[in-house]
Amino acid sequence: MEQNKYLEDISEIKNMMSRSSRFISLSGMSGVMAGVYALVGAFLAHKVLGGLSTTAEATASVRSDLFVVQQLYLIAFGVMLCAVVTGIILTLRKSKRSGEKMWDVSSKRLVANFLIPLIAGGIFCLVLIQYKIAWLVAPATLVFYGLACVNASKYTLGDIRYMGIAFVAIGLISTQFIGYGLYFWALGFGLFHIVYGALMHFKYDRKRGGNNEQ
Amino acid sequence: MSIINNINKAFDHRIRLGIMSILMVNDHADFNMLKELLSVTDGNLASHAKALEKEAFIKVEKQFIGRKPNTRYSATKLGKLEFKKHIEALEKLIGR
Repeated sequence: MEQNKYLEDISEIKNMMSRSSRFISLSGMSGVMAGVYALVGAFLAHKVLGGLSTTAEATASVRSDLFVVQQLYLIAFGVMLCAVVTGIILTLRKSKRSGEKMWDVSSKRLVANFLIPLIAGGIFCLVLIQYKIAWLVAPATLVFYGLACVNASKYTLGDIRYMGIAFVAIGLISTQFIGYGLYFWALGFGLFHIVYGALMHFKYDRKRGGNNEQ
Repeated sequence: MSIINNINKAFDHRIRLGIMSILMVNDHADFNMLKELLSVTDGNLASHAKALEKEAFIKVEKQFIGRKPNTRYSATKLGKLEFKKHIEALEKLIGR
C-alpha cells in the first residue's frame, strides 16, 4: 500500500516537471506530413526548373526569369502553409487527448525559441538574395532550421535535437555541392522530417494512445 | 529510521507535490499557470501555496502587470534542498 503511494508520488513529480517545462503534445505525424509536402514541393520545383538547376550558373540565370521565380515562391509558400496547418491540427488533436493546453506557457516558450533562429535565418537569406548570393540560400536555410530545432529541443521532446544536428550537418555539407541545393532540401525537409516524424510517432504517440485505453 | 525522517510531511499532498515539482524546473510560475497545470480551484491552490510559504519553501511575489494583480511563485533554496531530499527518500523507499 505505502509503496504504491510513493510510486504514485514519484510519477506525479516526473509528470509535473516535464509538463511544466516541455510541450509534449507535438505530433510526430505532423513531421511526416511536413516531409511529404516538402517532397511534393521539391518535385514541383524540379519540374519548374526543368532540370536546369544542376549547375551554379543555371541557378543564377533562373533567378532572372521572373515567372519561374514567382512559381518557386508560390510552391515554397504552399508547402509551408500546408505543413504549418497540418501541424497545428494534428498537435491540437494530440493535446486534447493528453489533456495539455495547446496554447500555454510551455508551447509559447517552444514557439518563441524555435522562431528566434528561424527568423534570423530567414532575414539572413533575404540578405543573401539581395546581394545575389542565391546559391548559399539552400545551405543557409538548412543550417538555420537545424539550429532552430536544436534550440527548441529544450522545450519539447528532446529527440528534435538530433534532427536539428542532422540538418546543420547536411546544410554545411551542401555548401560544397553548390547547384544541388534542391536535392539537399528534399533530403532534409523531406526525408529527415519523415524519418524523425515516424520515429517520434512510434516512440510517443503510439504509447500514449495505449495508455489512454487503460 | 533516517530515510523515513527525510519524507517531508509538508510535501505529503498531491497539490503541494505538484507545486514544488513545477517550481523545481521553472524559475518561477504565476498563479494561473499553476492552476492550469494542476487543475485545481483558486482556493485550494491558495491554501496549499500558503502552507508551503509558511515553511519558507516557496517565495511569493505580488506585482501588477498593467492593472492586473499577478502572484508569482518561486522555490527558495531551502525548498529545493528539502524537496530533493524528499525525492531521494521516496526513491529509496520504492527501491526496497
